[in-house]
Amino acid sequence: MKLKTALLTTVFVTAAASVATAQEITVMSWGGAYTKSQVEAYHKPFTAQMGIAVNSVDSDNPATPIKAQVEAGNVTVDVADVEFSDAVRLCDEGLLEEIDLSILPAAPDGTSAEDDFIEGALQDCAVANIVWSTVYAYNTENNDGTPTTIGDFFDTAKFPGKRGLRKSAKATLEMALMADGVPAGEVYDLMETEEGIDRAFAKLDTIKGDIVWWEAGAQPPQLLADGEVVMSTAYNGRIFNAAVAEGQPLEVVWDGQILDFDLWVIPKGAPNKEEALKFIAFSTDTQRLADQASWISYGPARKSSGALVGLFNDGKTEMAPHMPTAAANLENALVNNFEFWVDNDAELNERFNAWLSQ
Amino acid sequence: MADMTADLSQAGQEKLTTADGKPLKAALASAQARSKRRAFFLVAPLLVFVLMTFVVPIGQMLHQSVYNPDFVYKTDVTTKETTPIMVNLRAWFDENPRSTEPDEAAYAALVADLVVLREVKAAGIAGTRINYERSGSRSLFTKSARKAGKLEAPFKEALLDVEDEWADPTVWAAMRDASSAYTLNFYLAAIDKTRGIDGSVENVDEKRALYVKLFIRTLVLSVLITFLTFVLGYPIAHMLATLPLRYSNLLMILVLLPFWTSLLVRTTSWMVLLQSQGVVNDALVGTGLLADENRIQMMYNQIGTIVAMTHILLPFMVLPLYSVMRPINPSYVRAARSLGATSWTAFRRIYFPQTIPGIGAGALLVFILAVGYYITPALVGGADGQLISNLIAFHMTKSLNWSLAAALAGLLLAGILILYWLYDLLIGIDNLKLG
Repeated sequence: MKLKTALLTTVFVTAAASVATAQEITVMSWGGAYTKSQVEAYHKPFTAQMGIAVNSVDSDNPATPIKAQVEAGNVTVDVADVEFSDAVRLCDEGLLEEIDLSILPAAPDGTSAEDDFIEGALQDCAVANIVWSTVYAYNTENNDGTPTTIGDFFDTAKFPGKRGLRKSAKATLEMALMADGVPAGEVYDLMETEEGIDRAFAKLDTIKGDIVWWEAGAQPPQLLADGEVVMSTAYNGRIFNAAVAEGQPLEVVWDGQILDFDLWVIPKGAPNKEEALKFIAFSTDTQRLADQASWISYGPARKSSGALVGLFNDGKTEMAPHMPTAAANLENALVNNFEFWVDNDAELNERFNAWLSQ
Repeated sequence: MADMTADLSQAGQEKLTTADGKPLKAALASAQARSKRRAFFLVAPLLVFVLMTFVVPIGQMLHQSVYNPDFVYKTDVTTKETTPIMVNLRAWFDENPRSTEPDEAAYAALVADLVVLREVKAAGIAGTRINYERSGSRSLFTKSARKAGKLEAPFKEALLDVEDEWADPTVWAAMRDASSAYTLNFYLAAIDKTRGIDGSVENVDEKRALYVKLFIRTLVLSVLITFLTFVLGYPIAHMLATLPLRYSNLLMILVLLPFWTSLLVRTTSWMVLLQSQGVVNDALVGTGLLADENRIQMMYNQIGTIVAMTHILLPFMVLPLYSVMRPINPSYVRAARSLGATSWTAFRRIYFPQTIPGIGAGALLVFILAVGYYITPALVGGADGQLISNLIAFHMTKSLNWSLAAALAGLLLAGILILYWLYDLLIGIDNLKLG
């Protein structure tokens, strides 16, 4: 009898709990300092104001589990943070819900959301929240002199030592071309041609023996701090975190940076679509985007947020100069061409993998 | 048993019956059937488990490697309804042989299908499928589908106006190949081959050839690692087996402790040891054996993969060897020595042959684990320490070309089964002792 009572109680408690947790959404992101910035700037205020709990989960790249979940018909994620080319590709494949852009709030001065977001930040199935960039950084303690240009990254005579690079064709080929003297505006035109690709690989060949390849965003700060490499490409926010929050002697070189968006998407068949839409509208308003920038040095996707970006959460570091979108950092910058990569990703990565194993 | 009951019934004059009057033969048969059923029920959970977690997924994987319907129909992810796509074009392909130049009818069919692609939102999927065969085709589909609704006859000119790439015969060859859901093209891609315009199999461009080289590298490194674990593990196992139990148990902990430690912890420990600012290099530099600028690169290359994997897989060699060596009676070797054999001859002719089942089991375990190893080469392998499993993971998680990943995995599976068969042929699987 006791057992039966216990079982029944469990059943009722579980049932009650599932009613109580109906107001809950699951948000998938990239982990580390980045997820933390989202939890602080979006999730906590969202729960406080809307009464909807946010369950945060991480993945190396949320695009992959989304594809798997939607195709298996077992979607558990309501909102996911994905890269631009993945957002476009998943949308084209019908794996994402379309987002009605009229739900997005206007800027405080009344500018409509469509005008307020940076060009390209709003897509059929995706709303951008941050602008991040691939930059290279160096360890000030084991470099003689100060590297200042993207060319210096490839100059092992002037700056001897190992280099860290992301094991992926994306961003690597563009940087090689810019280092070879191609102006940012011509990089993608050149990459459409076979000669352009050959030229990029030829440039990479010059330092191939000195490269340490990384895959996860947390690796480059580690490699730099260990002295395993003297310079490494990295996501700018991770270097900022290591340098400012952890006090590592790391410095970012903005010349030749490659800008990209991270966007919110809703997988097709998400269990709590209504709440997910509310979350996206809430988290991409002017104030939230500006708040996130006080946790990590990624630029807000709204123009109106720029003026509100203040100090890092240590209370003394001015964030503006650390943003990829700061005017001084944009002098020689490339905006990632998502259309090019949606198209050529498979082909170029195959060639990149073949080149790696040669 | 059945024979015996038959004999009994023939031998006896009257039919033998059980106490309740049933014929003994029938009663026995039903009792046997019952116990068989009961035995089956005992095995059933395991059988279902193996079916669900092993046979079905592997079957699905193999199916995925030859089946890709993305150019044939589109499945709505929520309702699971399937809509046929590219109907008109596939009909045209059926009517016209491969050598036919695409004519106005072909272009009209293509435009009609592009309009459907737009309606059912399948342009991205269909384009991705063609992109696997011919890169750069994806945007051709998405862009053209967007404009297809407004095109008017003559369709050939109209479509070429939108995108002149449609005139490229490789696009048409790729569409023809993709128009059947069942295809061997992913297996071709997995061995660095591709189909030409006329459908013949040709080698891919040398700059893109990758997989054959990686399969060979995986095989060579796995054999090398198996050999290294044998060379290192054999003396250890011998020592453990011959020491008195109270010492050997203590030493066994040293083998088992790393075995019980997380794989990731062991791999990252090797990173700490081997990296160029790591413990080994620091020690060499500190003792003056190595100049500071000549630090040895032992990590992010093949050396890293070999060292870390040899260490991680060592227990899989030591444990089967130990279990085979422990019961070997030392008096055999003593007898050989007393009959005049040198210690080497006694080892070679008497001791070693008795350990072969352990070597076989250890080598098979280590080799099969090494062939499929993924985490360690991914972390310490750098560029030239990558194995085929890293490429399978790449296609699973990054390029999302699951059919190609399945084809690569299928080839790997086939290779292992062939090696297993060879092993059975040469050594005999009943000669395997795992413990």
